[in-house]
Amino acid sequence: MSLTSQTTLRVVLYEGAGSQPMAPEDRFAAIHALLSQGFAVTRATGQGMPAPASRNQLLVVGQFDGGLAPAAEDAAGEIPLRFEDITELDASGIAAKAETVRVETGAAKHGEWKPWFPVIDYDRCTNCMQCLSFCLFGVYGVDEEKQIQAQNHDNCKTNCPACSRVCPEAAIMFPKYKAGPINGDLVSSADLQREKMKVDISALLGGDVYSLLRDRSEKAKSRFSKERDSDKALKERQKCLVKLAAMGDIPPEVLMSLPSLEEIARKSKEAKAKAESALAGRATA
Amino acid sequence: MSSPRVLFCNCTYAQVVPAEVKATVLRKLCESGVAFDAVADLCELSARKDASMKSLADGNPVKIAACFPRAVKWLFASAGAPLKPEATEVLNMRVQPADEVVAALFRPELQANLPVGKVTAGDAPKAEVAT
Repeated sequence: MSLTSQTTLRVVLYEGAGSQPMAPEDRFAAIHALLSQGFAVTRATGQGMPAPASRNQLLVVGQFDGGLAPAAEDAAGEIPLRFEDITELDASGIAAKAETVRVETGAAKHGEWKPWFPVIDYDRCTNCMQCLSFCLFGVYGVDEEKQIQAQNHDNCKTNCPACSRVCPEAAIMFPKYKAGPINGDLVSSADLQREKMKVDISALLGGDVYSLLRDRSEKAKSRFSKERDSDKALKERQKCLVKLAAMGDIPPEVLMSLPSLEEIARKSKEAKAKAESALAGRATA
Repeated sequence: MSSPRVLFCNCTYAQVVPAEVKATVLRKLCESGVAFDAVADLCELSARKDASMKSLADGNPVKIAACFPRAVKWLFASAGAPLKPEATEVLNMRVQPADEVVAALFRPELQANLPVGKVTAGDAPKAEVAT
């Protein structure tokens, strides 16, 4: 099931009429525990306006009067609602209650996938399709107007920002990345110059970074297999991986999971064809 | 103009937002009387194209405590929920101290600060098609 078709469970911490407000420290502990388990939480009070409910399921928890959760339902019948009294529960108990409801309702389990994927800054993107050509994992695609977009978010390799490195406009962000501008910080002219240099270097290397990485990795493996001193081999291997990773800040586990040369060639050809088709489609539109 | 909604992102699955900043901001929100929304991870919400993002981006003023405004702007846009630049203030917990974030969240007025570029979020891609 795709990310967009899964339902999720949102927890509403209700503190309005018919319930007792929580002590601030208990409220913090409860919300913190729920967030740590991946739940979205709405604190509903008599003041202010939280976001209206989404299409997803709602679990409404509160210290209801008399310790009795109301038996209510969505008047429009659109949102599955469930009420639970939490008068006797501490933060971990509330989080456990939410988890039980999540399992019972079949809502998505959080935390199994680290949300790591490219976010495109369309203020900067020129739709050059370099990212689509570069990515071997099918993360990118185009919309009906042949505009580049990230489509298969969970195909992206966690902590790998390589596609952002080939973007000549520094238009690809990974919000969880450690440094700017890839993390979303503003792009400076110095950043742009750096990005341009990286693309130039890639072109000088023959434009096929994957082949280069794979080739170096294979050579390293061959050298290690002949190495008698296993400790020394391990050190060499680590050194080599560090070097490769530093070229594009690519995690070693991503390098190690690169497919065979033939597979890379096939995927690369497919990605390039997709990019060319998209560009041709825009040119004739 | 109605008082701004508040959205807090806990960035649960990464360690890029200082833990003490997140905890202080959340604690202050919990001590206040305001209603607010808190999400474990705004990136995950965006990847799921969660419908609540559209509700938050419906044009009413909203203050978002998360990370860089440029990232937040395009996380919403890529979920099909472009934020209104004039109605959105993003507080960046990666770089702003907790006190500054808290003060901005509770300030009645909104200081819009989404980056405005050559195109607007409304120009972001439309529906997906198979490729």
